[in-house]
Amino acid sequence: MAGAYTPHAAGFVDNGGPKVVSSRFAYEDSYTLERSLATGGYEGLRTALVRPPTDVHAEVRDATLLGRGGAGFPAGVKWGFCPEGVWPRYLVVNGDESEPGTYKDRLLMERDPHQLIEGCLIACYALGLSQCFLYVRGEMALAQERIASALNEAYDAGYVGRNVLGTDFSVDITLHWGAGAYIVGEETALIESLEGNRGMPRLKPPYFPAAIGLYSQPTIVNNVETLANVPWILANGAEAYRRMGSESSPGTRLFAVSGHVRRPGVYEVEQGVTTFRDLFYGDNFCQGIRDGHELKMFIPGGGSSPWFFEEHLDLPLEAKDVGAAGSMLGSGAIVVMDETTDAVKACHRIVRFFARESCGKCSPCREGTSWEEKILSRILDGYGRPSDIDLLLDVGDNISPGPYPVAAHPDEGLDAVPFPPRQTTICPLGPSSVAPITSTIRRFRHEFEAKIIRSDSIPVSAAAPGEAGS
Amino acid sequence: MSAEGQDVQITVDGETVAARPDELLIDACERTGTYIPRFCHHPRMKPVGMCRMCLVEVDTGRGPALQPSCMLPCTPGMVVDTESEGTRKAQDGVLEFLLVNHPLDCPVCDKGGECPLQDQTMAFGPGESRFVEEKRHFEKPIPVNDNVHLDRERCILCDRCTRFADEVAGDRLIHFMDRGGQTQVNTFPEQPFSSYFSGNTVQICPVGALTAAPYRFKARPWDLDEVESTSTLDSVGSRIAVQSSRDRVLRFQGVDADAVNWGWLSDKERFVFEAYDHEDRLVSPLLRGDALGNRTLDGDQLVAAPWGEALTVVAEVLRVAPADRIAVVGGARMTNESQYAWAKLAKGVLGTDHVDAQLGDGLPAEVVLGLPRATIDQACTPGGTIVLLGPDPKEELGSLYLRLRHAVVHDGATLIELTSRRTGLSDHAAHSLRVLPGEVSAVVRSLFGEGSPAGVVGLSTDELRDAGATLAAARGPVTVLLGRPSLAEAAGPVVDAALGLHDSLPDSTFLSLLRRGNVHGALDMGLAPGMLPGRATIAEAHRFVDHWDRVPTERGRDTLATLNAAAAGQVDVLVLLGADLLADVPDRDLARRALDGAGTVVAVDLFATPTAAQADVVLPAAAPTEVDGSFTNLEGRVSVVSRKVTPPGTSRPDWMVAAELADRLGADLGFASTDDVWAELAAVSVVHADLSPEALVAHTREGLLAAGGSELERPGPTDVAGRDAYGLRLVASRSMYDTGVLVGHSPSLAGLAPGTRASLEPTDFARYGVTEGEVVDLIGPKGTVQVAVTADDGVAKGTVHLYVNQPNVDVCEIVDAALPVTEVRVGRR
Amino acid sequence: MSYFDPTNERTAREIIDRYPRPRSAVIPLLHLAQEQEGWVTPAAMIQIAEMTGTTAAEVLGTGSFYEMFKFHPVGTYLVNVCTNVSCQLLGGEELLNHVETTLGVKAGGTTDDGMFTVEDVECVAACTEAPCFTVNYRYFHRASTDDFDEVVADLRDGRSPIERGAAGDSGELPAHGTLGRIRQHMPDDRRAGVVPPEQVDGAPTWMASMAGASSDVGGEEG
Ligand SMILES: Cc1cc2nc3c(=O)[nH]c(=O)nc-3n(C[C@H](O)[C@H](O)[C@H](O)COP(=O)(O)O)c2cc1C
Ligand code: SF4
Ligand code: FES
Repeated sequence: MAGAYTPHAAGFVDNGGPKVVSSRFAYEDSYTLERSLATGGYEGLRTALVRPPTDVHAEVRDATLLGRGGAGFPAGVKWGFCPEGVWPRYLVVNGDESEPGTYKDRLLMERDPHQLIEGCLIACYALGLSQCFLYVRGEMALAQERIASALNEAYDAGYVGRNVLGTDFSVDITLHWGAGAYIVGEETALIESLEGNRGMPRLKPPYFPAAIGLYSQPTIVNNVETLANVPWILANGAEAYRRMGSESSPGTRLFAVSGHVRRPGVYEVEQGVTTFRDLFYGDNFCQGIRDGHELKMFIPGGGSSPWFFEEHLDLPLEAKDVGAAGSMLGSGAIVVMDETTDAVKACHRIVRFFARESCGKCSPCREGTSWEEKILSRILDGYGRPSDIDLLLDVGDNISPGPYPVAAHPDEGLDAVPFPPRQTTICPLGPSSVAPITSTIRRFRHEFEAKIIRSDSIPVSAAAPGEAGS
Repeated sequence: MSAEGQDVQITVDGETVAARPDELLIDACERTGTYIPRFCHHPRMKPVGMCRMCLVEVDTGRGPALQPSCMLPCTPGMVVDTESEGTRKAQDGVLEFLLVNHPLDCPVCDKGGECPLQDQTMAFGPGESRFVEEKRHFEKPIPVNDNVHLDRERCILCDRCTRFADEVAGDRLIHFMDRGGQTQVNTFPEQPFSSYFSGNTVQICPVGALTAAPYRFKARPWDLDEVESTSTLDSVGSRIAVQSSRDRVLRFQGVDADAVNWGWLSDKERFVFEAYDHEDRLVSPLLRGDALGNRTLDGDQLVAAPWGEALTVVAEVLRVAPADRIAVVGGARMTNESQYAWAKLAKGVLGTDHVDAQLGDGLPAEVVLGLPRATIDQACTPGGTIVLLGPDPKEELGSLYLRLRHAVVHDGATLIELTSRRTGLSDHAAHSLRVLPGEVSAVVRSLFGEGSPAGVVGLSTDELRDAGATLAAARGPVTVLLGRPSLAEAAGPVVDAALGLHDSLPDSTFLSLLRRGNVHGALDMGLAPGMLPGRATIAEAHRFVDHWDRVPTERGRDTLATLNAAAAGQVDVLVLLGADLLADVPDRDLARRALDGAGTVVAVDLFATPTAAQADVVLPAAAPTEVDGSFTNLEGRVSVVSRKVTPPGTSRPDWMVAAELADRLGADLGFASTDDVWAELAAVSVVHADLSPEALVAHTREGLLAAGGSELERPGPTDVAGRDAYGLRLVASRSMYDTGVLVGHSPSLAGLAPGTRASLEPTDFARYGVTEGEVVDLIGPKGTVQVAVTADDGVAKGTVHLYVNQPNVDVCEIVDAALPVTEVRVGRR
Repeated sequence: MSYFDPTNERTAREIIDRYPRPRSAVIPLLHLAQEQEGWVTPAAMIQIAEMTGTTAAEVLGTGSFYEMFKFHPVGTYLVNVCTNVSCQLLGGEELLNHVETTLGVKAGGTTDDGMFTVEDVECVAACTEAPCFTVNYRYFHRASTDDFDEVVADLRDGRSPIERGAAGDSGELPAHGTLGRIRQHMPDDRRAGVVPPEQVDGAPTWMASMAGASSDVGGEEG
């Protein structure tokens, strides 16, 4: 409303590049079956259904479609992990998007639900999956409605359900409502939640969901964006897909750039060839840091990722390079911060997130994240102690032992520690809370020190969790 | 991966050790001498890997990495370092995390002194907390049920109690609530953790979050002294640790006997120690007297008397009575040794065979001892098949129920139930057939395609065919659980059914569900008509010639026959060994008439029960925590009972009473100690020959199986008359809690008897036109009781179900034990 | 005694019917219960437990894990202000402050008239449109304090503010509890059907029949 830019798909910015998943975003009625069919919708499915399932799987594998949920694992390879001869198998679509800074799956679900449904159908066909559950984050009311009505249309028109498009292929897609818990985005927690339980992750290994998942059956869990790419791949072929992006990261990807840029938004970007600098400063993209300010730091892959700085701008948006530099691309969530940002406050806010969202299963995460949050909040309240900085690092070390992934600090001659972190926990949520802490302490120790009153006596009551004030 | 069944070699702290395939690293290390600290791991439950205390550095070829050893199966070549810098740092870190929100109120905590959290903090912890923030607060102990309190501030969220409730007990009434740092264990508001097994959660809680009301603030662990013993409460013989302080028993804890109870106890087994410590315990012999305390033979009161005088009175009546007019009833409460001594006194000295430890609620000894027997482990074989012909194990044999439940729910055992009422296992049964009392053997026959399935009331041919097919397809062992399903149905029908199964499936084995205490010891020691110690029959008298003066030659009367004889004035002396006839005999009227008609009634008991109150002489016995000896469980497994405290007053072990009576009768049993009893038993009994007291002590944990049975004697088939179309067949079964003497004297359990309604199958309910909760007359052969009715789809059509020994109604008032089934009518008022 | 009204009970059965195991319907049914009364009552949980073969303790255990379920009455309108980092950078905390001052309740509280409950929430996936808030999970992007005031004014006057949201949403703004105004329907004659996993003994039959290239893909033409 008050923003300068309000496209139909709020947040989406057309940068003139190739469009794999955002091709319909410009239409006001992009979410209807009518628009979908008028613009090539369900062509990928038709292509798939005239080929044997194994061929369809091969096509996706050949495209090297990297998962878009965070870990970046090739979907076609994951699809091959279902153990032979074990039936039934399920597809679970991860639409729980909750990582701080991430905004793309909601867009895909609200604006082009048929594309997602088509992707699900193709996956089910390729792997012989007998039912698909579309797990949508509970807070996304409009996405729920758009998917519900798209499914209703698709059922009525014969695209989903019994005898899809008149063939023998039959599969149900069930829309499932989440209810507000970030951890449920983690695939094993998602499965627990879908089974009607508290969303607490299961230990893996030994078993990954592809082997033992929903109802202990083989289960493919894929992110919404991952599946939204599939119709295009079937319609245009793996080769065409691989012509976009780089060798190791083909295709395009949605990046949400938020924070202190002039034109924040969701951009569909060719992976591996575009750099952070292109994205932040390019005219087709974010058009630079907001007026009169300069870049202080940026988060390259959502709240869980260690922070980057000026010297990382020329890194391509490519998983391996970003990992080697000490962070990750994660869920395609980039948060840009200028020099007005209080690093300690931003750090606290992200840590507060993990403390609130810990599922509570692992002692280090349950107790550690809230301890970190309490220390940071005490520091912001003016009751910090000099020993708190080392304490924060050591608490972090007890959640994620050993050197934590962090960017290099060239001025101090410190090298980068590559991704991923180690963990004393079951899932990476607890260790993620260490990312902002390590990043801030390495780069902005002086900001901490400035906030810490040089006294070791603290009133206990000051430690009550609360707002740092604004 | 290792070949099936082969050990895998792993390296633990530089030493090569052999692990079993699929063994969890934490267990393999512990077995081979390296203890890895843990909180959530429990060997009897599925691993969850929550607490992270068991992290150790493991190298599987890609460099050392921290792994939770409670979730990691051993793989060949694994190199484990439980003492590395990394391991130590991780464990210190986890411990510190567990303590940050912990109240550290050890001085006022029941668990202090036996607390794994406290111990590990001493052993592994960093010593001092760096946590200066405000701790998490919860309302201090909240009761989760009548006996268990929960202090959520102390809880470290190990998931043990909640997993126990779900996985082991199946009572999913406590659960994690909320999330993250606010996670807590709790119940649903106003739905308490009503579980027969709730006490186990207290025992497995690794901190002091769950405490048991009967023990709270009673003692500190360092004041406690313990011995390992056997629970004599029921015939499972769960292994227990008896803990006492200053000569008072304060707690029973379950002990993990792999063959028996896996460490679990029912709350009844756990809290019954309170009864033994009750102030109502008899402390001196009692004789008839008047209100002034003067002893007169037909006084209307019982007055205290010295042992000498009481024993003289008893010896005198026994000496003058002809053997055929003496009867001994009861004895299941006693140790094997006491049972042997009493058997020898009754049969070898007095010469009567009217001896029966069962109270008209059991099964013929020759059937129980004659059918091929199963162990609990055999019954629970993964993939095996279990046929339930008997009572609900959940109500009658709590810790056996947990083993059976585990087999069926987690180990793929197939359960077929032939019961009149739904049981605690019905939800997991492959087939749960609702059988009309009296029809069970017809049902068994039709499972094997014999007889006409149409002739079986209330069951469809499909149900019968499907269950029969499952039984026919059974791959693993078939075990029949055999007990008395209802006190209003004679033993005959279920015995016929068991014999039918035995004939059709000769390889099947039988696990007895006779419930009462050491009843199997009593059968083994000859406290049954026609039987002698060592599972011998009176036909095998030759074995006893060196030790006994005489052996009865005629099979005597069982309890019901004895009571009828007593009622008819044919019994001069009736000796009751812990037998509360007025509570335990299914036919209340018969019990009353017998007590009235008997000459002299001698009761040996712990309490002045209603029955003992009518006796002429009452002798106070020592309780199981006060005697040494042994116990025989329903498998025939013999295990040690250990004396922990002194008996109150002058009460004494039952075998001593027998020996002294013999002495006064001019006979010498030859027993100065329980070891003497064993020596003789080993000499006369083939099945006990190898079980020396030393061997038993060496096998305190698992006990020793007394193998071998006796010849199967087949009682004649029982004829059940056709059903009265206007009536209903009565099903009277026990519930875990009732008005029995032990429950009644355990304050923690006494209030838990649920009361009973008369349950009718919904179409019957509709047919009678009654309304829910309406009080009706139940008119039976012996009388009428008033009771509220309820519709219940868990009971068989054509039946009415009530629990026995409930505070609101005594259904045994209308049972006629002479009839194979009891038919009742429902009268609207 | 049942909690669900007849329509919702039918819907509940339909929902349960879509899962191979009834327990999977616990969360959807909690939403349905919340839709009926605005919050999840004990009676609702007891009925959900019955319908899904669980216990009330398990239903509460599951439900209380998730933020969206309220176990006490809340306002007709749930105002969620995002203060996570992207919004924080562009004034999320100031917006929250304004909301709290305007409505006179702190985050977590409900106005005396029972109309508004305010929450300080984590990232709601609108980061490029910061700062933002939602009302009953309907988005308001790039929100100024004035924008918030207008939304409140609309609601107090009985107008739907939904179109101010700029998220392409329109229509009425339902009271708290109603998540989607549109529900999925699976026509019986169109469903593939749900089979419990233990009753499945092989690959779907179409795997074999479609293994050879098939060419007769029909269905509706767009
Ligand atoms: C704490 C945590 C939160 C996650 N949240 C999400 C999420 O919201 N959406 C998502 O798609 N994947 C999320 N993931 C990743 C999933 O576990 C999983 O890797 C992904 O859904 C797989 O899909 P893909 O292979 O298509 O990327 C999360 C992982 C973790 C550890
Ligand atoms: S790391 Fe945290 S969120 Fe992840 S499973 Fe453990 S406690 Fe739950
Ligand atoms: S940080 Fe506010 S919507 Fe993401």
